[in-house]
Amino acid sequence: MNKNNNRILVNGNHAVAYGVRLAQPKVVPIYPITPQTPIVEKISEFQAAGEMVVELMTAESEHSAMAACITASLTGVRVFTATASQGLMLMHEMLHYASGARAPIVMFNVNRTIGSPWGFWPDQTDSLAQRDTGWIQYYCEHGQESLDTVLQAYRVAEKVMLPAMVMHEAFYVSHALDIVEVPAQEMVDQYLPDFNPLHRLDPEIGESWGNTVNQEMFYRHRRDLGLAMESVINVAQEADLEWRELTGRGYGIIEEYCCEGAELVIATMGSMVGTARDAVDNLRKEGVPVGLIKVKLFRPFPFEAVRQALRGVPKVMVLDRNFAPGTGGFLHQELKAALYGLERGPAIHGYLTGVGGTNISPTNIAALVREAMSTQPVTSSVWKG
Amino acid sequence: MKMGYQINEEKVFNSGHAACPGCSEALAMRYIVNTLGPDTIGVVPPSCIAIISGPQPLSSMRMPVYQTTLEASAASATGIARALKAKGNDHTKVVVMAGDGGTYDIGFQSLSSAAERNEDFIYVCLDNEGYMNTGSQKSSATPYLAYTASTPAGKQTPKKNLAEIMAAHRIPYMATATTGYPEDLARKVAKAKEMKGLRFILVLAPCLDGWGLADNAGPKVSRLAVESGVFPLYEIENGERYTLNYGSKGTPVSQYLALQKRYRHLNQAQIEEIQREVDLEWQRLQRKLAT
Repeated sequence: MNKNNNRILVNGNHAVAYGVRLAQPKVVPIYPITPQTPIVEKISEFQAAGEMVVELMTAESEHSAMAACITASLTGVRVFTATASQGLMLMHEMLHYASGARAPIVMFNVNRTIGSPWGFWPDQTDSLAQRDTGWIQYYCEHGQESLDTVLQAYRVAEKVMLPAMVMHEAFYVSHALDIVEVPAQEMVDQYLPDFNPLHRLDPEIGESWGNTVNQEMFYRHRRDLGLAMESVINVAQEADLEWRELTGRGYGIIEEYCCEGAELVIATMGSMVGTARDAVDNLRKEGVPVGLIKVKLFRPFPFEAVRQALRGVPKVMVLDRNFAPGTGGFLHQELKAALYGLERGPAIHGYLTGVGGTNISPTNIAALVREAMSTQPVTSSVWKG
Repeated sequence: MKMGYQINEEKVFNSGHAACPGCSEALAMRYIVNTLGPDTIGVVPPSCIAIISGPQPLSSMRMPVYQTTLEASAASATGIARALKAKGNDHTKVVVMAGDGGTYDIGFQSLSSAAERNEDFIYVCLDNEGYMNTGSQKSSATPYLAYTASTPAGKQTPKKNLAEIMAAHRIPYMATATTGYPEDLARKVAKAKEMKGLRFILVLAPCLDGWGLADNAGPKVSRLAVESGVFPLYEIENGERYTLNYGSKGTPVSQYLALQKRYRHLNQAQIEEIQREVDLEWQRLQRKLAT
C-alpha cells in the first residue's frame, strides 16, 4: 500500500480481510472452504507478517470453528471467522448457540450454492436459510461495502450483544478486483471501542453459562433476545450514519435508488443490486419510471423502512438469487409479509433470477421490468432464469 | 507403588448436587475440581456431569462452567484457552469433563483435532461405558457383551481403546484412573495441572443404574475392574513413556462381572471368552510397559 494513498486494488475477499485487520480480533478460528478461503489466507498472512496479533485456531471443521468462536467471545475477546455454503450448514447448531449465549461474533459468509448436487456458484440460500438463528444479517454489493460493513457489524453486534454475519456472493464479489479504500487504524479505533463485556467466563467473576433453565427463564431469555434484535434497526442506522461522517461512505439499512415517481420498484440484495442499478439507469434514460430498493440489513428485517419506501408505489418486482422450496424467494416472502395491510400497498411480482448462479444481465432485468409492468402478479415466486 | 499420596483438596465441589446417591461420577468430579482449585474454567457437554453441575442459577462448583453441545467440548475448551492466552492470562486452567458418549463417539473429531494441535487444556472423560444419562444406550465405550437398552442381547464388538488412541496423538500426558483409587486419580489430576498442552485423563466411573449395581457397590466394582485386569491404571507421556500404577492381581473377571446386572445374561462360555480377551489385553499392555 502506498503511504500517501490508502486506496488499493483487491478482490472482495481481501477487502474483507483488511476490514478484519482494522477490527483487531484476538481469536480467529478458521476452516477452509471455497470461495471463502482467501479471507482467512489473507488474515494468516497478516499474522505471519506481524500486522495482526491474533490467535489463529486451525479447526478440523466449521462446527468446531464456531464452537471456539463462542467460548472465546464469552471469555471476553473479539473474534472473527469466515465460511460459506456447506460450512455454514455445518455450523447451524452452533449459530443458535451463539445468539443464545449473546456472543457478539462477527462472521463473513461468502454466499455459495448448497449441495447436493455440488456447485460453487453465487446463491444466497445458504445464509438466508439461517435467518431464524438470531444472527444479524447484512448483504453487500461490492468489496468496499463488505470492508465497511464488517466494521459496522462489530460496532452493532457488541452494542446489542448479538452475533452478526455479513455476506457477499461467490466470485461475482468475492474474487472480483476493485479499488477499495482502507480507512486509517486511528479512525477505526475511535469508531470501534475495545471489546470489554460485563459478563464473561472468568474465575474472578464466577459466572457460568448454558446450564439448564426452567420454562419461564427460557421464555424471558427468548424475549430479551428478540428485544435486542429489534434494537438493531436504530443501532445499525446510527452506526452507518457515523461511518458516513467519518469516511463519506454510508449505505443505510436499505437504499432507495431512483425511486422518485417510480411506477415500479425493483427490490433485491447483494450483487444483483449492481446489475439492477445499471438496468434502472438504462430504463430511466428511455423514460421508463423505474426505481430500486436494496435491502442491506435482512435481519432484523427493516419492516418500517421498507413500508416507508414502498408506500404508494404501484408495483414491486422482487429479484431473488435464492430459493426456498415450498415458499419461493426469501425476499419475496419477507416483502409480502412486510407490506401486508399497507394502505395503497404495491402489487408484488416475485421472480427467481440467478438461482444457482446463472448470469442475469441488465438487459434481462430490463425485459423483466417491462413484463412486470404489463402483467398482474401471481401469489408464488416465478422462475425467470 | 504410588502409596502415600496425600490428596490436597480446595473446596470447589459442593454437596447438594443432583447426582444419584452413591454416584461415582460425582466422586470423580470432586477430586478433579478440588485438585485443580478455583482458578479454573470448566467445559461440560450434555451428560450427567451437566446435571450434577447444576441448573441455572445454581452451581455445584465454585468456578465458571460453560455448558456446550455434545460434540464440541474440545473446540469450546480451545476457544477459552486461546482467549485466555490472548489476554495474557497464563494461570487459569481449562478443564473439560465429558462422558464417554461425548468423548468416544460424537465428540471424538473435535478432541482428536485439539490433541493434534496440542491445545492447552485438560480433558477428563468420565467413562461409564454407555449413554447412561439418556437411560443406558450403547456407546463405543460399551464393553463386549454388555447389556444396554440398545444392545439387549449384549454388545457384539469390543470397547474402543481410547487410551491408546489418545496416546497415539503423542500428547504430553495420557492417564487412566478410576474412582476406587481416589489418591491415584487426584495425583494424576495434580500432575496434569502442572503440565502444558493437551492432557487427557480417562476415568472409569461405574454407573449404579446403568450397570445394575447396588447403591454402595461403586468403589468395590471400580477396584475389581483394576484387580481383574479389565481396566489397568497407567500413564503414557508423550505417546511413548508407559508407567503402570495399578494392574491385574489375577482376580477372575467373573468376580467383576457378577456384581453387575448388565452381565447377568452371560453363560459360562461367554464369561470365559471375556476372561481370555482381558488376559490378552493385559499381556499387550505388559509388552508396551517392557519396551
